[in-house]
Amino acid sequence: MRKILVMLFLLVSTLTCFAENRFPKPQFEKGYTLPETTAPGPRSILLESVDVVVLLAALSLATWLVLKKRSRRGVFLLTIFSVIYFGFWKKGCICSIGAIQNVTLWLFDNQYVLPLSAAAYFILPLVFALLFGRVFCAAVCPLGTIQDLMILFPVKVPSCLAQILKLIPYVYLGLGALFAATGTAFVICRLDPFVPIFRLSGKLPILMTGIVLLLIGIFVARPYCRFLCPFSVLLNWMSKLSKWHATITPDECVKCRLCEKSCPFDAIQIPNINQVAEPRISGVHRLIMLLILLPFLAIGGGWAGSRLDVVLARENPTVRLAEAIQQNDQSELKLMVFEKEAFDGSGMKKEDLYVQAHTLRNKFRKGGWFMGGFLGVVFGCSLIGVSIKRTRDSYEPDRGACLSCARCFMSCPKEHQRIKKLNQVNC
Amino acid sequence: MPGTCKGMQTELTKPQSRRDFIRGILRNVFLAVLACFGGTVILRKVCLKADGADHGKACSGCPDLVRCKSPYSWLARPVSTRRTVWQLDPAKCIQCGRCATNCVLRISAVKCVHRFEMCGYCKLCFGFFQPGADTLTSAAENQMCPTGAIRRKFIEEPYYEYTIDESLCIGCGRCVKTCGAFGNGSLILQVRHDLCVNCNECSIARNCPAGAYRRVPADEPYLFKPASQNT
Repeated sequence: MRKILVMLFLLVSTLTCFAENRFPKPQFEKGYTLPETTAPGPRSILLESVDVVVLLAALSLATWLVLKKRSRRGVFLLTIFSVIYFGFWKKGCICSIGAIQNVTLWLFDNQYVLPLSAAAYFILPLVFALLFGRVFCAAVCPLGTIQDLMILFPVKVPSCLAQILKLIPYVYLGLGALFAATGTAFVICRLDPFVPIFRLSGKLPILMTGIVLLLIGIFVARPYCRFLCPFSVLLNWMSKLSKWHATITPDECVKCRLCEKSCPFDAIQIPNINQVAEPRISGVHRLIMLLILLPFLAIGGGWAGSRLDVVLARENPTVRLAEAIQQNDQSELKLMVFEKEAFDGSGMKKEDLYVQAHTLRNKFRKGGWFMGGFLGVVFGCSLIGVSIKRTRDSYEPDRGACLSCARCFMSCPKEHQRIKKLNQVNC
Repeated sequence: MPGTCKGMQTELTKPQSRRDFIRGILRNVFLAVLACFGGTVILRKVCLKADGADHGKACSGCPDLVRCKSPYSWLARPVSTRRTVWQLDPAKCIQCGRCATNCVLRISAVKCVHRFEMCGYCKLCFGFFQPGADTLTSAAENQMCPTGAIRRKFIEEPYYEYTIDESLCIGCGRCVKTCGAFGNGSLILQVRHDLCVNCNECSIARNCPAGAYRRVPADEPYLFKPASQNT
């Protein structure tokens, strides 16, 4: 038997060029029906549109609850719905945070087809943030809401530490956009820490990161949203321009200080009208110095970013393969065996691959200039933001950082008055 | 305090501060940009309808869209309501075994699929038996499949039917490799869409050495026919 097998192997291995039907289709004598090859379909396209409609409805409901109804309980219930629907039911994909990369890739790659749902998931939260503040973060985003449910004993993050940590999302956004624009990878999706929890399966390091973030979130409220989320950068900008942003008091602020401790995200700005102001001239001097520094920071950042091209480009599979083949040729190494095998099978020339890798590195160098420049400007602007002190005469939410979660409303005595009045009218 | 939730009334009666004025302008600019973006998406959706003027192709199916230097070429960027899903091209697949280990699901969504119409119903199936199996029985030491997911059923001499138990299949592709090398190649690996969660970035696609993974339209989610190399 073994001999026959070996012979058969030798026989057919010489015939490997004939890929199909080495053995003829059998002619069955008895009645035998050929079974169908099963092909279970994906989720229907209708459900896709339903998702977009649900997103729009959830955003509208969140806006109404925060701005009109001013109800924390309503926001809380919507939060639970979002965790269940956008998280555990939809398994976290596609989310607005990841949609940044789809849109970036679409802008830079002519061949990439942008799904309508990705476009909607990108645009709708931004439009709502432009009009009503970050209601998306408050009760719709599954990543945010799952952390929101974990806030038990919020502590204040020291503001100097918070200022530095707030720069991380910019770096993350810059790198994510760079990798997406070069068609290399969707790193934001890959490193999404909560998706493995929604799917109840995933890579262990990422899952552990998610669990650790949730545990940190018991004390430091919503750590991913504040100090990591790349979409928060865009939402922050849009929310700063928002037309109807949530306010702590429904009426005029009486400066009773009751709301001071109510925000777990340290997003309430305390009035500073009674503080001693620094002399105007020194402030102006510092501002001028920082404005002069800004272009240097931008150029320096851009230069540093462009120097990272070789390191960053290694994330791209084409570049990695080209480097591996070069190293294999130079020494007796066997790196990336499967990739090499597939490359040899594809009949592509090595030179073409090297050219491709070179083009990609150039793209990374160019992109690195933009990314580094962007980060430099962001750093400079945050320095300016720290150095400028605006006069505030009442307790206000920091429009950029405020997540419109409605926690502070009930701490305001004016809010209690309003509810009493409402009840009287209702009676 | 301007900009309260009371809305328009206070805005109109109170004079706008300079900051609010700049904010308003910037807000309208951003709204316009987002509206343009959304408009493009919807416009392209209309243009890309299969029975539309462009027959589903941008710029009347211009093949040089990639190299197009026109400043308006971005308008022709494809946008679609056609949902895409991940699928692997059996023609490119080299059966490295990474599908079994790299999926975000604990048991991979990639399964071996048997195309019965290509199968030779061999008594000695190269996908089923280990090379050099002593006897042609379904004893575990004879089987190629590490999980015993292939079922062998006698039909009539000398034909045997092979079916895949997908609940056991882990998508390692060992049977696919030998069936493709020595047999008809009726066993292929495919992403099963009832299991696949359709990640934005497919974790297997990222690790596929042959670049066999690509997004395909959701209404034709399987690549059963061996696709040509240059597509």
